[in-house]
Amino acid sequence: MKWPAMGYARVESLDELWQVLDAAGPEAQILAGGQSLLATLSFRLSEPSGLIDITRIAALRGVSVAGATLRIGSLTRHAELGRDPLVAAHAPILAEAAPLIAHPAIRNRGTIGGSLALADPAAELPACVVALDATIVVASRGGERRVPAADFFQGLFTTDLQPGEIITAVEVPVATPASRQTIVEVTRRSGDYAMAGLAAVLAMRADGTVDAARLVFFGVGSGAEIATGASAALIGAPLTRATIAAAQGALADDLDPPGDLHGGPELKRHLARVITARALDTFLASAEQAA
Amino acid sequence: MNEIVTPKSLGLSREDLPNSYIGRSVPRPNARKLVEGRATYTDDVTLPRLVHAAFLRSPHAHARIVSIDTAAALAVPGVVRVFTGADLAKVCDPWVAVLAHLKGMKSAPQYPLPLERATWQGEAVVAVVAETRAAAEDGVAALAVAFDALPAQVDMETALAPGAVVIHPELGDNLVFTRTAETGNVEAAIAGAHKVVEATFHTGRHTGVTLEPRSIIADYNRADGTLTVHHSTQAPHMMQNVFATQLRMAEGDVRVICKDVGGSYGIKVHVYPDEMAVACMSKIMGRPVKFIADRFEAFGSDIHARDHRIKGRLAVDAEGRFLAFDIDDLTGIGPYSVYPRTSAVEGNQVVNLCGGPYAFDNYRCTTTVVLQNKAPTSQYRAVGHPIATTVTEGLVDLAAEALGIDPVAIRRKNLIRDDAYPCTSPAGMKFEGLSHHASLDKLLEMVPVEKIRADQAEQRKRGVYRGLGFASFIELTNPSPFMYGIGGAKISAQDGCTVRMDPDGSLVALSGVTEQGQGTEAILAQIVAHGVGVPVSKVKVVTGDTQTTPYGGGTWACRGAGIGGEAALQSAIALKEQILEVAGAMLQAQAASLDIVMGEVVDKATGQVRMPLAELGRIVYYRGDTLPKDLARELVQTRHFITKEYPFAFTNGIQASWLEVDVETGMVKLLEHWCVEDCGRVINPMLVDEQVRGGIVQGIGGALYEHCIYNEDGQLLTTTLADYLVPMAAEMPDMHVGHVETPTKESLLGAKGAGEAGTAGAPAAIMNAINDALSPLGARVLAQPFTPDRILRALGTIA
Ligand SMILES: Cc1cc2nc3c(=O)[nH]c(=O)nc-3n(C[C@H](O)[C@H](O)[C@H](O)COP(=O)(O)OP(=O)(O)OC[C@H]3O[C@@H](n4cnc5c(N)ncnc54)[C@H](O)[C@@H]3O)c2cc1C
Repeated sequence: MKWPAMGYARVESLDELWQVLDAAGPEAQILAGGQSLLATLSFRLSEPSGLIDITRIAALRGVSVAGATLRIGSLTRHAELGRDPLVAAHAPILAEAAPLIAHPAIRNRGTIGGSLALADPAAELPACVVALDATIVVASRGGERRVPAADFFQGLFTTDLQPGEIITAVEVPVATPASRQTIVEVTRRSGDYAMAGLAAVLAMRADGTVDAARLVFFGVGSGAEIATGASAALIGAPLTRATIAAAQGALADDLDPPGDLHGGPELKRHLARVITARALDTFLASAEQAA
Repeated sequence: MNEIVTPKSLGLSREDLPNSYIGRSVPRPNARKLVEGRATYTDDVTLPRLVHAAFLRSPHAHARIVSIDTAAALAVPGVVRVFTGADLAKVCDPWVAVLAHLKGMKSAPQYPLPLERATWQGEAVVAVVAETRAAAEDGVAALAVAFDALPAQVDMETALAPGAVVIHPELGDNLVFTRTAETGNVEAAIAGAHKVVEATFHTGRHTGVTLEPRSIIADYNRADGTLTVHHSTQAPHMMQNVFATQLRMAEGDVRVICKDVGGSYGIKVHVYPDEMAVACMSKIMGRPVKFIADRFEAFGSDIHARDHRIKGRLAVDAEGRFLAFDIDDLTGIGPYSVYPRTSAVEGNQVVNLCGGPYAFDNYRCTTTVVLQNKAPTSQYRAVGHPIATTVTEGLVDLAAEALGIDPVAIRRKNLIRDDAYPCTSPAGMKFEGLSHHASLDKLLEMVPVEKIRADQAEQRKRGVYRGLGFASFIELTNPSPFMYGIGGAKISAQDGCTVRMDPDGSLVALSGVTEQGQGTEAILAQIVAHGVGVPVSKVKVVTGDTQTTPYGGGTWACRGAGIGGEAALQSAIALKEQILEVAGAMLQAQAASLDIVMGEVVDKATGQVRMPLAELGRIVYYRGDTLPKDLARELVQTRHFITKEYPFAFTNGIQASWLEVDVETGMVKLLEHWCVEDCGRVINPMLVDEQVRGGIVQGIGGALYEHCIYNEDGQLLTTTLADYLVPMAAEMPDMHVGHVETPTKESLLGAKGAGEAGTAGAPAAIMNAINDALSPLGARVLAQPFTPDRILRALGTIA
């Protein structure tokens, strides 16, 4: 299908964006990498009055570290996320996630801001930022506000973004020596949206004791799903096959997956258990890994 | 026959053979144009006064069309006109897709747009023509069509049951066709067998996803009463006849032009109602109308295929010899048989091909072809072959397991002996010459079976499940009129080629076979260069124009090389003789003492150059006054070719798949794949290998990924490339291709088809490999595609 007729404006700064947004009205849509938005326009699923292209706004670009915070501009492309040394050092799960997102051509254009704003239930980055306990920085003509990632996502393709607001950056607490981060997913083909995925971020002492754990699933619900019970089952004791099994067991209450074309809820529950073990096994003491 | 110089016959390497292009991997002359974006696909053609069509498609699997209100659509800026089924029926006769030799076959008349009822979700119902495609879509969005949804007959298993919704009441029931082939005494063989294995298989409904979607521009010119159709099609001459017949025109007033085609795989050899609608609208409006299907429309209206449930039994004696195959096939084909090839041929092929590679005496196979409210199915690459091969090879592995025999050993024991030809299969197929044992031997040289089995055993100890699977197959190629012609379809099994020499010594070959991206033009150029004796760069090939090329069938059933290639070779040889006649007169030599080598007339005995072809051309075309008055000097020849001895030239081969099943996730990882096939004379090894690999990939698609999924209401759920999974490069294994060459003696060239072998055997090899991997766990999968869900169910991991 062809796109509906609509307007297009490219802005160079946030100030210009606010003006254009005011003039365009609520039917206009922000265009970042276009990798989700343009596809939906081709299905005529939405008919925005116009597109406002934000990709030239310098303030939304760049990755930097200040104190204990890694700041990732919302226009950071998935490909950049995958090769940025600061990301690799301070939020390795994001670097690990990048190659799992789609294919090179899409990663060269798609942005982290676009992925978070879209809140696709099977997307990697929303789950990662929730697992990292990151903060989403949003801005509007009225100023800036900071939203904890867990509060930002509100269900299927739904976020806390208000009309007139955009995501400007993501702020991630930098990894410490105690941090353990990994992302595991099951896809039919490389680059597909996940049938089931898990972003796991743990804090572990040298003796293996887990001080904090955030297991966040994707592709098994309406968005980035924090598995509270499974996470809790890991905390306060050294990570062992037994605690991992307890976490797997707790998933029964944590997740209520819908079926999709790949299979029913039982398939998703099963895959969630499998990837829980696969993700956490990598953090087991080497003695137990070999066992 | 077959006395063609080849590198082998001369004891030379392919590269060293002078003046020969048969058996050489010549780069495709048209590849660069495709890569550089300089091809001419139908959508690249623009014409003055061109308008664009878009269709409102039925949202229901089955519905009565209550009313169509076009007022708002006509008011949309850019919209030119709106057409309903009744409008188009005034200029177009309906068609009924049956073949006389498929006894008892029935189907309902089909119109460009339906008159009263929509019978599948995605069926075009109303057409809007506008200045742009976008405006036409705006017009479609503004149409108000009231449907009265009717109960839909979706499940093929209940199509003939009492209480089924009869889709076309005038037919009485939903039965399109049934046929049973029976040889020997199956019941007695089964009763006396040492063991009988049995299983029910499913092949999943899928489609051939062409990179370039279906595309057409119809241009009716009132000034001279001609219809010119630019069409992405496999069969321009067939379509010329169809357009002329249905639109009540003289065939000579219709011209079909088909330049570059971005893949077809059988999808583009059928008559599509929306494309017929485009021709009707152009005829009515007297201006060119373009329609390019988008991906969404493609999934809902391109033909689907392979929607079969097959029950099979194989009886064996104590030594593992096959006694009887007993097969029952059921297929749902949508609401209409597809014109003109029909939708019964796939099931009929299952009857023709089951058990095909093996020697046995008792055979019974029934196919039952029924209507349902889903998109129509018809011929897609390797029609029926992957289905028959899946059943046959699945049963063979079951028998091997039941007897405790190795899968290779049981095949070796039962494959038709290489010295048994000619012979006729229990299904009635005539085999001129096959090489099952030589192919198996060659495969075993390539597949390190012992190493693989050792690795398999080692990995199992570590909880890693790998499997090796084999599948022998036969492939039907070079079809004669027995395929369609005898059933009354105006589909040419004959093909022709005209080769001419121009003044500069260059050649132009016009062929009735067509280029779909597979390299037909490349091999035609090779054959003509070889036949006349010129560098291949001196040959230009023209295909895809009914007004300039010899009449022919186009691309289908693997015939480009075997039929079109032989016509090209014969006309090239005739032209060479003609050129040498003229050269003899000029050089005062016997024509028989001369030869043509790399574009120059030479003395045959000494190889001494006598005259470049450009000089001969100069004299013939510009100084004909200097030649003897009675000298025949037409430097152009046409030959046609049709097979006469055998209804089909069968090919054969065997594949092997080595893969790993992740028994926790149910995911299959393909590790390596092998195929040895025998397509007779290999003209261009590189192109044949890539045909085989591409075919394997489409077979892998059917086995693991591709599936047109419908819900119980007949709604297609897989309508984008995110939901309909095509095989992609990252998941494909290394594919090793080997050849055995048993040329057909029906032609000088000796070529048979190579385009479908990969697809025919791959799904069965993969199924057998998965089941080999799962065998220690007591699990088995028989329904394609083999998804994680199905594998985990078979394992009992999920219920
Ligand atoms: C074939 C294919 C496969 C894909 N596979 C995956 C996958 O496996 N995993 C995955 O996660 N994604 C996948 N994607 C989606 C891809 O990651 C997108 O790039 C991403 O979801 C959206 O980012 P974008 O910059 O392209 O946003 P756009 O498409 O430009 O916009 C998406 C939405 O976000 C809004 N938006 C964009 N930026 C902002 C902002 N800064 N503030 C507020 N709103 C904003 C837009 O208005 C729009 O509503 C796939 C896409 C394709 C085409």
